[in-house]
Amino acid sequence: MSKYHPTAKQKIRVLVAKPGLDGHDRGAKVVARALRDAGMEVIYTGLRQTPEMIAEAALQEDVDVIGLSVLSGAHTVLLPRIVELLRQNDMSDVLVIAGGIIPDEDVPLLKEAGVHGTFGPGTLTEDIVKFIQEHVRE
Amino acid sequence: MELVEAALAGNRRAIARLITRIENDGDDAHASLSQIYPYTGQAHIVGITGAPGTGKSTLVNELAKAFRAANRQVGVIAVDPTSPFSGGAILGDRVRMRDLAGDSGVFVRSMATRGSLGGLARATADAIKVLDAAGFEVVIVETVGAGQSEVEIAETAHTVVVVEAPGMGDEVQAIKAGILEIADVFAVNKADREGADRTAAALEMMLDLDQTPSSQTRSASRIVIHHGQLMEVAQHPPHSTATGPDVPNDVSASRRWRPIVVKTIALRGDGIPELIQAIADHRQYLETSNELAHRNRIRLTNELEHILRDELMDQLLKKIDPSILVSLMTQVADRELDPYTAARQLLKNSYKGKRQRRSGDA
Ligand SMILES: Nc1nc2c(ncn2[C@@H]2O[C@H](COP(=O)(O)OP(=O)(O)OP(=O)(O)O)[C@@H](O)[C@H]2O)c(=O)[nH]1
Ligand SMILES: [Mg+2]
Repeated sequence: MSKYHPTAKQKIRVLVAKPGLDGHDRGAKVVARALRDAGMEVIYTGLRQTPEMIAEAALQEDVDVIGLSVLSGAHTVLLPRIVELLRQNDMSDVLVIAGGIIPDEDVPLLKEAGVHGTFGPGTLTEDIVKFIQEHVRE
Repeated sequence: MELVEAALAGNRRAIARLITRIENDGDDAHASLSQIYPYTGQAHIVGITGAPGTGKSTLVNELAKAFRAANRQVGVIAVDPTSPFSGGAILGDRVRMRDLAGDSGVFVRSMATRGSLGGLARATADAIKVLDAAGFEVVIVETVGAGQSEVEIAETAHTVVVVEAPGMGDEVQAIKAGILEIADVFAVNKADREGADRTAAALEMMLDLDQTPSSQTRSASRIVIHHGQLMEVAQHPPHSTATGPDVPNDVSASRRWRPIVVKTIALRGDGIPELIQAIADHRQYLETSNELAHRNRIRLTNELEHILRDELMDQLLKKIDPSILVSLMTQVADRELDPYTAARQLLKNSYKGKRQRRSGDA
């Protein structure tokens, strides 16, 4: 039995955050609810988070996963910065995934920078759940 | 045990991981707690409770900032409910606490109830100990905004702030039963809204009724409710000898504290200095009246009782043959056996099993 089996005491903890300055978080909320319904504990932090705020919250909450919702074009700067801060905090084993509007040509760059999974518009929430369950640190 | 040492030294990553270890109730959770226990007992534990959406998290944000301005290290534990259907949870209190980001004198941790119904998680009391031992001088605990959370926070916190908001119709009826008994301070939040004065006045009136001499007996039972099952302890406070012969024994210190009502507008920071003052006054009262030692003792007695109950249950279930349990359950369901007799049979069986094993060992 996986240690993250629904009846196990351990839960997958996910920080859902929205870096950048653009102003709506509908998508992030949908994902948050789907993850909750899959038995995860979702720490929801809301809009306009700086990379520093996200890394700090991830540390205090001791999360296993960070889910980032990006709509602005700044993801190529923000996401690598978050990964770098995690590394500085000795949290490189945290799974980082991103969703929202990410042009295909940016995906290799983000992967290279340490973002483990990217999910474009129209992704099924089941796929995100499955990705997390398969890739979260054991 | 490196993790414990690092947490005690204030390492934030270690503090976070230690809380996780305790939440997951892993193998070394108990050993870690034994190690940190000697360093606990320093923090002022402040509970924030009240109906959903009254502004608890927004107030916590403001309170933490005010404590920080007075140079005190602040730990925050914010509890939200676990979904009984999926076992998952959305913990959203941080959304209102963004001002606390970037300050190394603050540590905020969100916690899901994980099946516990009292408004706190089972691990909340232990997470408080971690923050306390790590040097946070004030630990603020925000409860789940629904359910019968009140008694548990009263058993856990030194000072309980009950948050009310205006506009719930009939003021006196809107004030939830049992709330007067557990509140040390009332924050009437959203005072920018119509009706805050009426809510505050209704609270004052109810508190006055509660404090009149004719309600002495009610006041006595107030302590009983406050401290759950431990009525004898409450009626004969351990400090009655310490306070000297000139202090009448039957006047418990609890009775002399009249909850303070403060109006706040958390969104604008209005009323926060007054709220901080009320919390400080209550702390002062706890110390000068010996009520602090009294409450600590009751809290620890309750904790010990819970631990004992859990451990006994664990031990018992380990000893019981599952097939016997199933067959007894079936008999109970079929009305062939009543649950009391079934429980007694299980107990008898488990003791028999133990003796047999012992003699087998010898
Ligand atoms: N008008 C007004 N709104 C406020 C005030 N304080 C908080 N709010 C708003 O009330 C809503 C709920 O605030 P929270 O702080 O999340 O309330 P809560 O009690 O923590 O909510 P739960 O944790 O969900 O039970 C938010 O939209 C706040 O902005 C206030 O003083 N006045
Ligand atoms: Mg809240």
